[in-house]
Amino acid sequence: MKIVVTVKQIPDPNAPQKLTSDNRLDRGGEAVLDPGDEYGVEAGLKLKEAHGGEVVLVSMGPAKAADAIRKGLSMGADRAIHVSDDSLAGADALLTAQILAAAIKPENPDLVICGTESTDGSTGMVPPMLAELLGMPQATFAKQVEVKGDKVSVHRQTNEGYEVVEAQAPALVTVTAGVGEPRYASLKGIMAARSKEVKKVELSALGIEKGSPAESVEGVADAETRKAGEVIEDDGNAAERILAFLVQVKAV
Amino acid sequence: MAKTAPRTELKPSDFLDLESQLHDEERLIRDTVRKFVHDRILPGIEKWFEEGTFPKEVAPELGRLGLLGMHLQGYGCLGASATSYGLACLELEAGDSGFRSFVSVQGSLAMFPIWKYGTEEQKQEWLPRMAAGEAIGCFGLTEPDAGSDPASMRTSARRAGADWVLNGNKLWITNGGIADVAVVWARADDGVRGFLVPKGTPGFSTRDIHRKLSLRASITSELILEDVRLPEAALLPGVTGMRGPLSCLNEARYGILWGTVGAARSCFEAALGYSKSRSQFGKPLASFQLTQEKLVNMLLELNKAALVALHLGRMKDEGRISSEQVSFGKLNNVRVALDIARSARTILGANGITLEYPVIRHMNNLESVLTYEGTSEIHTLVLGEAITGVQAYR
Repeated sequence: MKIVVTVKQIPDPNAPQKLTSDNRLDRGGEAVLDPGDEYGVEAGLKLKEAHGGEVVLVSMGPAKAADAIRKGLSMGADRAIHVSDDSLAGADALLTAQILAAAIKPENPDLVICGTESTDGSTGMVPPMLAELLGMPQATFAKQVEVKGDKVSVHRQTNEGYEVVEAQAPALVTVTAGVGEPRYASLKGIMAARSKEVKKVELSALGIEKGSPAESVEGVADAETRKAGEVIEDDGNAAERILAFLVQVKAV
Repeated sequence: MAKTAPRTELKPSDFLDLESQLHDEERLIRDTVRKFVHDRILPGIEKWFEEGTFPKEVAPELGRLGLLGMHLQGYGCLGASATSYGLACLELEAGDSGFRSFVSVQGSLAMFPIWKYGTEEQKQEWLPRMAAGEAIGCFGLTEPDAGSDPASMRTSARRAGADWVLNGNKLWITNGGIADVAVVWARADDGVRGFLVPKGTPGFSTRDIHRKLSLRASITSELILEDVRLPEAALLPGVTGMRGPLSCLNEARYGILWGTVGAARSCFEAALGYSKSRSQFGKPLASFQLTQEKLVNMLLELNKAALVALHLGRMKDEGRISSEQVSFGKLNNVRVALDIARSARTILGANGITLEYPVIRHMNNLESVLTYEGTSEIHTLVLGEAITGVQAYR
């Protein structure tokens, strides 16, 4: 089976995040493969080990995103497609999904795996948009992915437990950390990645005209600081007051 | 609006931005080993050090990662560049010198002579399993009465028909007690020869050295050879004379000149962090001029040592490094690391003597590193000879 995993390079989430003057994330510092995407790569590699086939990484990003792609190849993915075009800087979720769809479509994959959301933008909108554009059913928040014949079956994580959701392949799934700890890129894998194919694709080759973004960031403000909580001293009815509070905030 | 930060921020442990001089692949290898050390070595090191054990189960993990014999080609070895091997040593020793020692001995002292001087059969038998960490090797050169002067060794190899018979003792042998095969150097009629002595060979036994206060997360042993009868197939045919063991040591010293930069980095970072959080006289230690001077001296020496390591790595990859240049790196970088460890200890005060912080563990380890693979005195005399033409140790 052919599995496409979308991957993205993001600013190191362990470093302080900065904005540029036009309210975009400053991508000049240390950058890493999105940890959420590492779970996607891990899920793809596990399925390949079980069923054979190949894992193809697809990424949209500047030239230096090649480092993140190489990390995924070092973990064991077979090859990669890297859409890189200067005009794509600041692309919103819709444009990103359109680009990824155009790059993925010619591959005719059986399965597309995404993280649930990027760790930097965190919109969570790209995977559902991508599924629609590819005309695939989507199964989201999977903590386990199985392929049985032409069906994709996932355990969809919920607050209470999980649902078993089945979809007809080709399908798109988004995966959570539940799929298992991403493997190390072994040193052997790192050296083998050197000779794996990374196909560079420019915007014009995808037949997409860049329109004006569907959304733009108009302003940025600090989040309100948390106010001090209420201290309940026990004068005999503290338990009832705490219960009343919990009911009021719908915690129970 | 926030001011745009400078393009390159100054990083204390990489002040000269050597990062920019590494290739993508080298950065990935370094990051992978760093993560392995963080996940697998640091959580257990205090316990292993305190109990004086080496966790043998980590060996196959080191093998799977590709760290064993990683600079050798073929036979299941990774075939990485000398610079990548150095970066791996640095990250391992930032964890603990015991683990870098394990990897140095396995790769440079045990696998290297088999790879370089062994027969095809010997390579096939040992190298793939050793690269995988399924078989462990050790290197027997030093003796109770032959340290800096290994040519004075008493261990003998004499012919007995088609076989060889070995007698003698080897001391201070890293991995000795856990080794599946010992590379033993012994004096034969035609000079010093190397032999592969498998564990369990009649007459061959080991005794671990306890009550060490350094390299506690590493096994150090004595090898005892009493009429050990070996077939001709146990002889490493490719080398005769001291050139054999000395060429192995040159490989291992190269790993040390990188590794010690890691130990120094760990101490420096511990001291820098502590100096900013610990307050005395109502202000952080970092605000005292004496502390700043110590920190800046560490900064200079650490970053210069890293520069030496990277430069020698590139020279080795270009095939133009001399053993004297390796001596330069070993002497300088161990000395610098030990100074940094001692200075860092003073910043941490009483906390600096506990295992809660890595500092005194590195400091004690580095006392061994100062001595093994050529003492600081011998490397000094090697360099002295290189610039004066006079051999002072004979």
